[in-house]
Amino acid sequence: MSASNLPAQPDGARERIGVYVCHCGSNIAATVDVEAVRDWSAEHLGDRGVVVARDYKFMCASTGQELIEQDIKELGLTRVVVAACSPHMHEKTFRGACRRAGLNPYLCELVSIREQDSWVHTDRTAATAKAEAIVAGGVYRVAHSEALEPFRVPIDPATLVVGGGIAGISAALEIADAGFPVHLVEREPSIGGHMAQFDKTFPTLDCAACILTPRMVTAGMHQNITLHTWSEVTDVAGYVGNFTVTIKHRARYVDTALCTGCGICQEKCPSKVVDTRYEAGLGYRKGVYTPFPQAVPKYPVIDVENCIYFEKGTCGACKKLCPTGAIDFDQKDEEVTVKVGNIIIATGFELFDARRVEQYGYGRMPNVFTSLEFERMSNAAGPTAGRIVLRDGVTEPKAVGIVHCVGSRDRNYNNYCSAICCMQSLKFAHLVREHTDATVYEFYIDIRAPGKAFDEFYQRVMEEGSVFVRGRVAAISDTVRLPDEEAHQGRLIVSVEDTLAGVQRRIPVDMVILSSGLEPATDAQEVARRFGITCSADGWVIERHPKLDPVATMTEGVFAAGCALGPRDIPASVANGAAAAARVLARIQEGELALEPIRATVDQERCSGCRICNDLCPYSAIVYHGWEQVSEVNPALCQGCGVCIAACPAGAISGSGFSDVQILSQIDGLLTALGGAPPGPAVEEREAVPA
Amino acid sequence: MSATFLYYPGCSMDGSARAYASSLEVVCRVLGIDLHEIDDWNCCGASEYVSLSQAKAHALVGRNLALAEQQRNGSSTLVAPCSLCYVNLAKTDHYMRKDRGLAASVNAALEAGGLAYTPGAVKVRHLFEVIVEEIGLDAVHAAVTRPLAGLTVAPYLGCLVTRPDYDGRWASKEHPVAFDRLLASLGAEVVDFPLRTDCCGGHMTQISPDTGFELIRRLVDAADRLGADMLVTLCPMCQMNVDAYQGEMNRHFHTHHHMPILFFTQLMGLAFGATASELGFGSEVVSARHALGRIGIEVPVAEPPPDATDGPPVRPRREKKPQGLPMPVMPDETEAVR
Amino acid sequence: MPGSGQADPPSVREGDFLREVIAATAGDSRLGCCIQCGTCGGSCPSAADMDHTPRMLFAMIRAGLRGEVLRSTTPWMCVSCYFCAVRCPQEVHIPDVMYAVKAIATREGVMPDSTAPDFSRTFVSNIHRYGRSYEVGLAAKHYIRHYPLRLPGMAPMGIAMVTKGRMGFAPHRIRGVAGLRAILARAEELERDGATREVPA
Ligand SMILES: Cc1cc2nc3c(=O)[nH]c(=O)nc-3n(C[C@H](O)[C@H](O)[C@H](O)COP(=O)(O)OP(=O)(O)OC[C@H]3O[C@@H](n4cnc5c(N)ncnc54)[C@H](O)[C@@H]3O)c2cc1C
Ligand code: SF4
Ligand code: SF4
Ligand code: SF4
Ligand code: SF4
Repeated sequence: MSASNLPAQPDGARERIGVYVCHCGSNIAATVDVEAVRDWSAEHLGDRGVVVARDYKFMCASTGQELIEQDIKELGLTRVVVAACSPHMHEKTFRGACRRAGLNPYLCELVSIREQDSWVHTDRTAATAKAEAIVAGGVYRVAHSEALEPFRVPIDPATLVVGGGIAGISAALEIADAGFPVHLVEREPSIGGHMAQFDKTFPTLDCAACILTPRMVTAGMHQNITLHTWSEVTDVAGYVGNFTVTIKHRARYVDTALCTGCGICQEKCPSKVVDTRYEAGLGYRKGVYTPFPQAVPKYPVIDVENCIYFEKGTCGACKKLCPTGAIDFDQKDEEVTVKVGNIIIATGFELFDARRVEQYGYGRMPNVFTSLEFERMSNAAGPTAGRIVLRDGVTEPKAVGIVHCVGSRDRNYNNYCSAICCMQSLKFAHLVREHTDATVYEFYIDIRAPGKAFDEFYQRVMEEGSVFVRGRVAAISDTVRLPDEEAHQGRLIVSVEDTLAGVQRRIPVDMVILSSGLEPATDAQEVARRFGITCSADGWVIERHPKLDPVATMTEGVFAAGCALGPRDIPASVANGAAAAARVLARIQEGELALEPIRATVDQERCSGCRICNDLCPYSAIVYHGWEQVSEVNPALCQGCGVCIAACPAGAISGSGFSDVQILSQIDGLLTALGGAPPGPAVEEREAVPA
Repeated sequence: MSATFLYYPGCSMDGSARAYASSLEVVCRVLGIDLHEIDDWNCCGASEYVSLSQAKAHALVGRNLALAEQQRNGSSTLVAPCSLCYVNLAKTDHYMRKDRGLAASVNAALEAGGLAYTPGAVKVRHLFEVIVEEIGLDAVHAAVTRPLAGLTVAPYLGCLVTRPDYDGRWASKEHPVAFDRLLASLGAEVVDFPLRTDCCGGHMTQISPDTGFELIRRLVDAADRLGADMLVTLCPMCQMNVDAYQGEMNRHFHTHHHMPILFFTQLMGLAFGATASELGFGSEVVSARHALGRIGIEVPVAEPPPDATDGPPVRPRREKKPQGLPMPVMPDETEAVR
Repeated sequence: MPGSGQADPPSVREGDFLREVIAATAGDSRLGCCIQCGTCGGSCPSAADMDHTPRMLFAMIRAGLRGEVLRSTTPWMCVSCYFCAVRCPQEVHIPDVMYAVKAIATREGVMPDSTAPDFSRTFVSNIHRYGRSYEVGLAAKHYIRHYPLRLPGMAPMGIAMVTKGRMGFAPHRIRGVAGLRAILARAEELERDGATREVPA
């Protein structure tokens, strides 16, 4: 097919197209002959409507944008093609320039000659020819572009925050303080997250409870915050500005209207179990419990799996002894539905399961502890009342080994650095030295202490006399191997190469603390699916842009904060929470939101109701109307990815901004420029042919 | 019930490990295992050939794999009773699968002997894995007629069964419990042997005896401390090192260990009711007479019985920790054999 | 360093030797990804007898210290226990690298001061002769040659091995020994021609 086969543009309304080729400094110009592309476009694309072609060093600079604006006004351009970087980078920029000059922004096409050309080729001649073809594709396509208007959706002023750790609490407080309602959902009986388990926090060693409790209490009493603890989100429907969220309140078996939080039930409950959650397995709790005394809310829950009444139908001590009669064994799980405009995911992290590194013997050797166990042990309110002791509960250790990078920076487990554990290990060294006379060894690969006052803390710990051994621990054993270890029978022996001395060492200690890495919550992928967001293979929520949009997700109206995004410390989690809140508040203030009009639409006449598209949509944007047997795209959820369009066997779905005719024209442009005549009928005829 | 496998015995089986070979025969008879020995197999090269020339080392093993492929009959599982043979066979197959250049050059060499090997054509397994997984502990347990009650054993796997584990079959590479379970199914008392996958010294007894003796000492010392009557192994090299060099090791360190080391098949045979002499008992250098005598099993005399004062020292068992902080909750230990 | 008389600038030598070792290792050794954490050196049951820990050896390979590496006892002391391999956080195929270094050293006749290379050679010559190995006889031979002082102590063991029928007097010779030799000869040729494996770029 030659160029003449293409649908002629409406007579008299022939488009006037401007082509702008960017050098991107030398990013493009070093590999692509930019001037040649400019001249070629002017010469060969004139019959396709190109009336002007220019090149410029940085099209995205304000001077570059002004070139376009000027041409639109002076030459009466009706279409613009910019050949530069990926649309991810600057599509908005150039569309903005068009809008300022009075041209509908969707009549501007950005084609990539950097990511798809200059960066991936070395042959200048071939790269230049490819750039010409890419420009031609853009020119052919833009002629079929339509002027589009963004969708406007109203924003519900309420916000859902999922996860009541420090990140979630911070976000909730910011929004609530600004005067807007927040639903804070936490699956444990109390908010607080991991921070509630700590004694001191690095690097300043503030008492965790002292700084966290006031925030928890404020959140609990805030008139704009509705707490949903012991709860989980089970369903999310709708779209940005208009989400409908179903929250399941698990039965507490305690009537919160009557309970005063006196604690008598906990005191009297005869069922005592190891608390693997809050006490990290180092302490006990009762069958009816609040995880810790400062819990918010203060109401206990009954753990039915460990309650004698639920197991055998007897006991009922709590019910008999509760002074207000608040215990209610007949309570049922309840579901509530709330409407929110935005969502913040702050589901935090879980500690890497140290049993997986079997050579460290956690679970086999009693005096190997995890970092969270040690946090509880060093906590004055913890199971040992802050005494640093071995598993026997009485003996103070004479030597303690702290093992870095457990399950992190290791291709056998997690390949990433967990970021906080070096500092946490240093904190532990300080705490051990503070409470005991023990020798402390830090076994590390690298000390990663890049935060404010972090390295100074490292130096302080060295000054306090902790011993630093640079070497990743190979194994921990409780078995004497060398004859001269006889004296250390019954202790733990840490095998390590002291890499700075270049020798293998076997260091006897009494206690080992494993600085386990951070992992996403076990149900992270499931949560992500429910909220329509994506996680990396590791399970951390993916940011919309890792640098420039670090608390937004790919889904409009869903933000993330804290360790849900990846390992980070408390200050960063708090900052994230505030940042996500700021983004949400800006939306609420605007009252409505403009959405990209690049959307798919289903032609209801053509739709056969096969439902193939329904499950393919990655954003769950397609609804099926059973009674009419047709599918429909919810424009507020659709992100314009095009999957459904390609999949529809009836060819019933088309996309504004990427119609078949646009895409086929672009292909024709590419092929024509490359000298190959594309086979097959003209675009107009093919348009109706299903993909 | 009958299970057929290709079989690569390895050089030790008709040398230092005859007891392994004869007891394996008994075990196969009882469990209905049919082992087809590869005709005219050659040495696997131990850990030596690969030190001199990688190409030749892989070609050497390649010949065995090629013969095994040729002689496949019903089963393509190639069973090796020696850990070193097992790893060498598995390694060449693994790298031929991973590295096309290597596969091509091994085959180019094999061509000179009129042979060829298709990477992946045989599945190399250790005898022990096959017994635990293909035959199963239930079948083993069902065949027991004389439970080994009263015998305390330390399960010793050595290095190579669970490491490097090219096909990722072992979830636990350092503290696997499959061997414990097998021995327990024979009725023996099994100690939790922390050095179960430590090194026996390998060729160190040759090239650096001091190192080798130290590695042996650790094993017997730990087994002694746990009150084990004997170590139980599944590798001729481990057996040879710990058994034959134990005397010299004792002299070297001025110690008096007397820790017999036997093949797991010998204990299986005993539990299945075979006689001690059928199973090659008595051929061990460090005699198991004393230990087996205690459970009423007579071992033929081939050397003067060990001096009474030389008998195994009685050591206290490891005590359970008294009450204190709770131990971490472990996953269900009865799950999965590994 | 101008005028220092140094042969190659270190930068040239460094990468070259690392590449050479990687190319001599079967499969993907991942040696270039070592983070020098020392897990291998801490795990190694033979570390005490090595002149450099495995980790150190890898640093030396990277630094291009070819001579020192090839003369090192480290690879010869490796017992192939694979503890390092399963624990290495970078999945470096450490024992395979050890084999590769030994093979290069053997080819060039640069041997450390150790009886290990000799043991390997004796072992291998047995295979060439019989197609099988002759473990106990070999051990005896090696002890006579290298640790004669230990022999009196070892005698009871030797006697026991013989009386208990665990020591054959000559190994069994396989039928296909000629074919085996042809295969090994061809492998040697191929290796000499450098066609053993595709060298990654
Ligand atoms: C041993 C240790 C010591 C540390 N010490 C320090 C320190 O000294 N200083 C410092 O700055 N940082 C420290 N940190 C890091 C600190 O813990 C984190 O930065 C912080 O806890 C992150 O807060 P978060 O709210 O993002 O996550 P989290 O604290 O994990 O909170 C997440 C919350 O979400 C809830 N949740 C999860 N999934 C769901 C769901 N599906 N539905 C509802 N709720 C859900 C969880 O129950 C939890 O309450 C330490 C970390 C560890 C492991
Ligand atoms: S009924 Fe259950 S929760 Fe209440 S006291 Fe008894 S065991 Fe505890
Ligand atoms: S922060 Fe430190 S201890 Fe934690 S994974 Fe990173 S390097 Fe290892
Ligand atoms: S364990 Fe692996 S990464 Fe660490 S020093 Fe050894 S080879 Fe390098
Ligand atoms: S395989 Fe070799 S280098 Fe690695 S730990 Fe074992 S003996 Fe040491």
